[in-house]
Amino acid sequence: MAQHPFDNSVGIVSPQRASFPETLYLESGEVLDGFELVYETYGELRADGGNAVLVCHALSGNHHAAGFHSEEDNKPGWWDTVIGPGKPIDTNRFFVVCPNNIGGCDGSTGPSSRCEATSQPWGSHFPQVTVADWVETQKRLAEHLNIQHWAAVIGGSLGGMQALEWSIRYPDWVSHCVAIAAAPGLTAQNIAFNEIARQAIFSDPEWRDGNYLDAATNPAQGMALARMVGHLTYMSADKMTDRFGRELRQGSFDPDDDEEPIFQVESYLRYQGSQFVGRFDANTYVLMTRALDRFDLSVGGQGNLTEALTDATAEFLIISFSSDWRFAPSRSQEIVNALLSAEKRVTYSDIESDAGHDAFLLDDANYLALFSAWMGRVAA
Amino acid sequence: MMQRGDIDTIVSWVPHGGKVLDLGCGGGELLHRLQTEKLVEGLGVDIDPANIIVAVGKGLSVVQQNMEDGLQNFEDSRFDVVIIAYSLQVLKRPHAVLERIVSIGGEAIVTFPNFGHWRSRLSLMFSGRMPKTKALPYSWFDTPNIHFCTVADFESLCKDLSIVVVERRMSSSTGLLAQLWPNLFAKSASYRITRR
Repeated sequence: MAQHPFDNSVGIVSPQRASFPETLYLESGEVLDGFELVYETYGELRADGGNAVLVCHALSGNHHAAGFHSEEDNKPGWWDTVIGPGKPIDTNRFFVVCPNNIGGCDGSTGPSSRCEATSQPWGSHFPQVTVADWVETQKRLAEHLNIQHWAAVIGGSLGGMQALEWSIRYPDWVSHCVAIAAAPGLTAQNIAFNEIARQAIFSDPEWRDGNYLDAATNPAQGMALARMVGHLTYMSADKMTDRFGRELRQGSFDPDDDEEPIFQVESYLRYQGSQFVGRFDANTYVLMTRALDRFDLSVGGQGNLTEALTDATAEFLIISFSSDWRFAPSRSQEIVNALLSAEKRVTYSDIESDAGHDAFLLDDANYLALFSAWMGRVAA
Repeated sequence: MMQRGDIDTIVSWVPHGGKVLDLGCGGGELLHRLQTEKLVEGLGVDIDPANIIVAVGKGLSVVQQNMEDGLQNFEDSRFDVVIIAYSLQVLKRPHAVLERIVSIGGEAIVTFPNFGHWRSRLSLMFSGRMPKTKALPYSWFDTPNIHFCTVADFESLCKDLSIVVVERRMSSSTGLLAQLWPNLFAKSASYRITRR
């Protein structure tokens, strides 16, 4: 019998929605008069609620972390390599919750949703939210689901930052914390790349100060360019050489050839850019990159990371990837060393990989073996 | 590993509930025993990701790190005991690591195969070739063991580094002889050392 493509996955899943009418006080001092979260869950919540795991998504992720949306769907959720039966986040053991964060563009309250006061899309008027704000909303979702404690909070990249923030903001809630390809804060170079991406969006005439939805338009050019810059930072130079080299996608350098020469890598980046335009909102991209820029895990310790982590009680797993230059292994090691100084229980491995920052999403045998082995200690 | 003879000695020396750092912890066999039998608060360090996966599977906390990079991420006196079990001979600068571990640990436990054992001596003397034994089966050119020493060498180095030997224990199949003439009869040597 042929193996069904869903056999090794959580199968068909449906997003759910929860409304939170209570006022949300944001870190910026602004308020949201209630919000909605779209989320998915996988596995069964045990009667005592002890096997709940929160998965936090990164910059361009959403609530659809695993499984498929229909029989015809051939693209699984963004972390299907990690979440599912027998996988590191084993849905036979855990009840997995993954929300789309506020400020996002996949159904949770964000710049593209309607503001009740004006009955117009929020657009650029949507308040800036932060990693800490997301933690607050995720906590409300937990309470809505009758969860009082996370067996683990897990994320990669910006998701890892949320997991770390959870561990110090609500230590009693988190017994295990996994931060993969994360950083305690962005470097000047990281912020610079984000700023280039934002300026690409702002320079598109269709941006219209962020209120493009009112005019039923979209800064597609700017978004594509922003994604190209961003995507570049997710890949390693070696991987790009391997995959594209100097190969031409079309044309040649022969003067008699009428066709314009285009490198494979140009074509690839253009494709990545164009794919993103259809599925992502420009205001959300601006908001997410600003949330990244502003994240600073050491804030609670007045700039001292060890101090900031003092109250954490979780056991930590920190993973980096050797070729990741966006959030380099040294950034993970800063977290690890602060945790060691603060006398926390921590496991750290730098996974040998040529896949760059994106490695945290990919199927790497050593990465998944370590992740699985470590999750064995998380009571479920 | 268990026939090495140093493991039981280490377990007997580590204080109950102590904070222990195991440098070059490998798959974590020793640290696991210490956590089970001595309820220590243990941390392993290893350079090999494959070892880390095995140790993590035993429920241990392990950090991937080269112990020869200075161990500056550990404050002085951070641990009750720092252990280097059968790894001293693979280090490029064993003396630098020894100096560091007596700072970050109140005490250090170091064990190593004794290259002065009579079998090694006879082997070199009669075959004229670098010794290969059951415990140390490598050829000279591909061995990870680049800094062998004898019991006498180790004690001399400790003296030079102002490191005090608190206690030593020799293991061998010859029992009493190893206690009387460790440099000749001990197969493996275990030391408790501390900073003067």
